[in-house]
Amino acid sequence: MERLIVSPSPHIHSGDSVKKNMYGVIIALLPALAASLWFFGIGALIVTLTSILACVLFEHLIQRYLLKKPSSVMDGSAAVTGLLLAFNLPTNIPIGLILIGAAVAIGIGKMSFGGLGQNPFNPALVGRVFLLISFPVQMTSWPVPVVSRSSYLDATTGATPLSIIKEGLGTGKPFSELATEIPSYLDLFLGRMGGSAGEIAGIALLIGLIYMLIQKIITWHIPVTVVGSVVIFTGLLNLIDPTSYANPLFHLLTGGLLLGAFFMATDYASSPMSVNGMLLYGIGIGIITVLIRTYGAYPEGISFAILIMNAFTPLIDKYMKPKRFGEKVATQKA
Amino acid sequence: MQQKIGGQNVLKTFSLGGIHPSENKRSADRPVEILPVPPVVTIPIAQHIGAPATPIVQKGDAVKVGQVIAQSSGFVSANIHSPVSGKVEKIDDVVDASGYRRTAILIKTEGDEWEASIDRSPDIKKEITASAEEILQRISAAGIVGLGGATFPAHVKLSPPPGKTCDILIINGVECEPYLTSDHRLMLEKGEEMLIGVQLLMRALKVEKAIVGIENNKPDAIHHISQLCQAIPGVSVQPLKVQYPQGGEKQLIDACIGRQIPSGKLPIEVGAVVQNVGTAFAVYEAVQKNKPLIERIVTVTGLSVKKPGNYLARIGTPMADLIEAAGGLPEDTGKVIGGGPMMGKALTSIDIPLTKGSSGILIMPREIASRKPVENCIRCSKCVSVCPMGLSPYLLMTLAEKAIWDRAEEEKIMDCIECGSCSFTCPSSRPLLDYIRLGKGKVGQIMRSRTK
Repeated sequence: MERLIVSPSPHIHSGDSVKKNMYGVIIALLPALAASLWFFGIGALIVTLTSILACVLFEHLIQRYLLKKPSSVMDGSAAVTGLLLAFNLPTNIPIGLILIGAAVAIGIGKMSFGGLGQNPFNPALVGRVFLLISFPVQMTSWPVPVVSRSSYLDATTGATPLSIIKEGLGTGKPFSELATEIPSYLDLFLGRMGGSAGEIAGIALLIGLIYMLIQKIITWHIPVTVVGSVVIFTGLLNLIDPTSYANPLFHLLTGGLLLGAFFMATDYASSPMSVNGMLLYGIGIGIITVLIRTYGAYPEGISFAILIMNAFTPLIDKYMKPKRFGEKVATQKA
Repeated sequence: MQQKIGGQNVLKTFSLGGIHPSENKRSADRPVEILPVPPVVTIPIAQHIGAPATPIVQKGDAVKVGQVIAQSSGFVSANIHSPVSGKVEKIDDVVDASGYRRTAILIKTEGDEWEASIDRSPDIKKEITASAEEILQRISAAGIVGLGGATFPAHVKLSPPPGKTCDILIINGVECEPYLTSDHRLMLEKGEEMLIGVQLLMRALKVEKAIVGIENNKPDAIHHISQLCQAIPGVSVQPLKVQYPQGGEKQLIDACIGRQIPSGKLPIEVGAVVQNVGTAFAVYEAVQKNKPLIERIVTVTGLSVKKPGNYLARIGTPMADLIEAAGGLPEDTGKVIGGGPMMGKALTSIDIPLTKGSSGILIMPREIASRKPVENCIRCSKCVSVCPMGLSPYLLMTLAEKAIWDRAEEEKIMDCIECGSCSFTCPSSRPLLDYIRLGKGKVGQIMRSRTK
């Protein structure tokens, strides 16, 4: 008889894997990709493909030739970063800039810290913010949905709802008047607005979130606290002064809030490990987002808010421990 | 935490974490078969937690079934009785379930002659005449240990330390390990005797209340035991939601009565004592029938086992005999486990003898017997969310890997009950529990040296 295998317990495994989770995220992003292709057409296709291929290629090259280790691209995490980076870019951005963004995201954002699971910041956001600061003009020109389906670099551009409102409120126009200049809430929810490739369609992102929750890829804590704190904070502002503050529904459906809350803030590596930590982290992101949107220089703030809270994650992990068994001194003897 | 089922029944479970692996209870409807007495038995003298027993027979001695062959060597120790009649062949070091060579008494079987004091009649003896002290004394003399697998000598748990009082007995009929069904069968086939054992334990502990915790995947056992309980004051069944590791003492107490044992303390701290259903049955036999612990029910199972079943076998029977009874070792065997798949021990050979703590023999096919390659921690936090003790397994593994023992102690590494939920869940197949065990060993050593 062959020798028996001897190893310590447990002897069974759930069958969960890095691949399953990463490909699960990709599947969850497909509805948003479909919406992006529907509204932005050829530009969305070029940007998405370029970004994914570039991220996968850069990770492969760095892993094989710089670190001299087996390539890890098949685990799907580089493709997730590529997809998320693309979703955060306008669909008329030149290929050269996408390559720079992908190189920064994978090279600096991920591999320089040790690769999978080691990145302190969300790699796709590192790439995105690098481009936003370095190429502000190209990063804030937004193709108009539907009409620019068949054009890429020469797409007709327009403002995003969030920037229309931000500028309008800045000049003292009341929110109620500005609201007539932007698409209806239904259009916003369906994604008929200017914006980054994957951030537009709330409904598609919501389907993706539900998929991830059912598949137990993520838990509800971060998405719900981010969205919840934004709604509460903007709701309070709107209640106090409805003319100079936009209402919560508007904030929810614009500026990539849902993309950020569902897919970027929930990045495993850069978010906290305990439930309490996740709640604090989510609330922090929500509050910072509203502060930037309302009082900061940029119209949209979730990218920066996530990166800022990413920086707090180690601290949160150190002080926000999971609830321990037997801690609530439980000697309530009958 | 409670959950409603069908709007009426209320299922309880423990508060933190937990997992639900595939149950695979293939042998659940196989009645217990009595295994023939083997020609030779091997009786290790260390079958329980605590000091090994001291052999009191010598090579060539004739022994009867039920005769003490090794004596308890301290308070935390247990007597060992001969499970067969015959001649002591030798006392030698043999490999046991731990994988180490340990002292064992080998007996060559001749006939099946029992000690005259043992009541072998099939009648159920209901009336309880023994006093608390007598019950304790009988349990201790009969060498009864926790039969759920922990093998902690039963009389120790039944003797609360001074200043501590017990107000409730909890009987563990959870059998949360996948595959295993020995407790399930015992409850169905020996429920009445088991409940007499429960009453004996209640008297020994001087408590008025006992709860039998049974998971909801054994509705027949819940029904059967509930019906029997109706005639017994103070004893009730608590149906539980299926959730591993509910059979852990701390989790079971939390699930049944909502009391949480503080870090580093024993169940008695919250006024509870937990005993397994198998132990309760053994107590019945010891006190009412004067029969020591010489046999037990064991499940032999696995995905490719031909005839998975439950067997009543004498202690010391080679595992190989049990596997043979279940249709032989399958072609594709990769691993043989003593116990369940979550906390059982991989055996080095199938010639290892059955001991008091062996609740099952699980045979794993080769293709699922090996672990997958380890990947980077992706910080998905799944290990944290499944830990029933509220620990951070990812962190404990890193601390153990880097030998940062003081931090590991601060992070309550000693609270780990080694249920394996973290390793089971990890998408990166990281050996979390392996490292945590290593850390517990080291930190435990450091803590003990400090108190000296």
